[in-house]
Amino acid sequence: MTAGTAVMILTIAAIVLVTFVALSAIFFIWLERKVAGRIQDRLGPTRAGGKFGWLQTIADGIKLLAKEDIIPANADQFLFRLGPYLAFTGSFLAYLALPFSRDVVALQMNIALFFMLAVMATEVFGVILAGYGSGSKWALFGGMREAAQVVSYEVPMALCVLIPVLVAGTLNLNVISQQQAGLFWNWYLFHDPFTFLAFWTYFTCATASCKRAPFDLAEAESELVAGFHTEYSGLRWSFFFMAEYGSMFAVSGIATTLFLGGWHTGLVPAAVSDWMYENLWVLYVLVSVAVFIAKCWILVFVMMWVRWTLPRLRIDQVMTTCLKYLLPIACTLLLGASLLPLVWHSLLPGWVKLPFRNPPAFPAAPR
Amino acid sequence: MSLGDILFWIVGLMTALCAVMVVVTQHIVRCAIWLLFTLAGTAGLFFLLGLDFLGATQLFVYVGGTLVLVIFGVMLTATGPFIQLRAGAGEWAIAIIVGLLLYGLIAVSWMFADWSKLPEAALPDDPKQMYHTEQLGRGLLGDTSVQPVSALPGVPGKPRAAEKQTGKLQPPPSRQASAYLLPFEIVSVHLLVVLIGAAYLARAKRKRVVAASQ
Amino acid sequence: MASVGLTQYLLIGAVLFVCGVVCMAIKRNAIGVLMGVELVLNGASVNFAAFARFHEAFRVEGQVFALFTIVLAAAEAAIALAIVLNFYNNYLTVDVDSAEELKG
Repeated sequence: MTAGTAVMILTIAAIVLVTFVALSAIFFIWLERKVAGRIQDRLGPTRAGGKFGWLQTIADGIKLLAKEDIIPANADQFLFRLGPYLAFTGSFLAYLALPFSRDVVALQMNIALFFMLAVMATEVFGVILAGYGSGSKWALFGGMREAAQVVSYEVPMALCVLIPVLVAGTLNLNVISQQQAGLFWNWYLFHDPFTFLAFWTYFTCATASCKRAPFDLAEAESELVAGFHTEYSGLRWSFFFMAEYGSMFAVSGIATTLFLGGWHTGLVPAAVSDWMYENLWVLYVLVSVAVFIAKCWILVFVMMWVRWTLPRLRIDQVMTTCLKYLLPIACTLLLGASLLPLVWHSLLPGWVKLPFRNPPAFPAAPR
Repeated sequence: MSLGDILFWIVGLMTALCAVMVVVTQHIVRCAIWLLFTLAGTAGLFFLLGLDFLGATQLFVYVGGTLVLVIFGVMLTATGPFIQLRAGAGEWAIAIIVGLLLYGLIAVSWMFADWSKLPEAALPDDPKQMYHTEQLGRGLLGDTSVQPVSALPGVPGKPRAAEKQTGKLQPPPSRQASAYLLPFEIVSVHLLVVLIGAAYLARAKRKRVVAASQ
Repeated sequence: MASVGLTQYLLIGAVLFVCGVVCMAIKRNAIGVLMGVELVLNGASVNFAAFARFHEAFRVEGQVFALFTIVLAAAEAAIALAIVLNFYNNYLTVDVDSAEELKG
């Protein structure tokens, strides 16, 4: 492959991904309003674009584009402008390593999962900068809370992610998904009790690290006006929202890939899907991308459902939940998941067949 | 000039420029932001070298952890006059001269260094072929096949000449010595201990207040 | 222009190193000094990484030592910040020039 081809492929992949992130943000904003409406026993948007209000987000977008872009006099101009872009970049970069289907990924990486976690850890800088650069007390408080919260929740989240990695023996998301091919009891969610519990713990941490309710202390309207984006308006503000919805989809993508079988439907045996991959590649890719996106959307929907159902925590409760409950739980699960195969092997007689597959010692890099 | 070269020049020069901006900028918060770009650029250099794991660790630990800590420190102490502490013009002049001299010294000593004593570098062109994480993992476990020549004694490498002459049976290469696994664990525990120690050091001193109020 | 090899990476690493040294010397803000230390460590890890890529003998060692550098930098930053915050609590300043008492 020449350099020109590589650049072209990467450019196309980047354009497709940016379009995808933007379009899914548009969809999610509409969905969020509809979900909120349904839960609060009202209709949600109904005017723009007919009965279901499906053009509502476009109308919002036009409003945001036409809005005056205000930078407060007290703000640090450079940092204030930089904040939204940094937040969006961190959220978008994670998509580079997210596999939508077998070998349908922008960047084949051996450590895709680690890369995704790493770049999503940099998203917090956008929020800190926005908080500091706004030159407003509310924004500064929101930014500091956000930083403390996200950095703390990263620890149990990374530990939970390690559990399926321990089972799979690789950080390559493509390989992890492929290992869960076949019927749904092959998914790592049902692999053993520890992975089952790890999924729920991970999902809680992921909700918190996307700063979604009930953990949305950074933008708690009742205390902090709007938190770190109090002073933002127009397009810059919408970048923060794109980042939030983007990282919601990305963490759901990680959960789907690690626990829920990735792009596999879980309804057809592995032999059938392999046959489809060999002979009907286009159909296979279309179906599996649709399945993957649908699974992620379901998880995002659950996040919205939780947001409009549970009341918001206090900041000290948020930190207590993380450091006193989720962190010990995650550590216990990791310990249990690593001890389980050993105990199983050494305590049970040889004729008891091990239901847990042994991972290969050194998984080969994909070609 | 290949694509990798062009990318190297873009990323490398941006990194260097941001490093210079860290020094030149007076505003301490902006300084931290330039440091953020420098660290991210360094991670980019690691990715360009094909060392994915290193680049991701740099982003995760350094950018996502250490730098957030530093920015916290900056924001807790950046009040009033401390946001911009200026050094005098004379100090600047001396610093720039010393810095240029130091850079010249390093560059010159590099040029006159005798690199022929190091083993020949005959590495494949495509970094993805040889330098992915698997190699690092195997190295941590002491697999000698990933590093055929060892520069330091007692670490994975070719069997010593003496062993070759005696013709003793070699143990299987994958379990020869877990050379870097123990140091790696020690460093991890060290980091944990240091973080606890730092939290202890930096905690709010309530005892003194209680004693004073009594 | 020559193709990119060890030289170019080492030169970039040297830029980071020198910037770090100058930064340590010239900043009066204690956290600015800390940033200089981070730059120096980064320059070192760029060198390690470059050797890991371009010399067979350091294939694993280069990566491992760069990893150690990153972890130790994190530890060092945590301790240094704790000291700076204590200093700030006691003297209400972060100017390193005013840290001249030996006994607190």
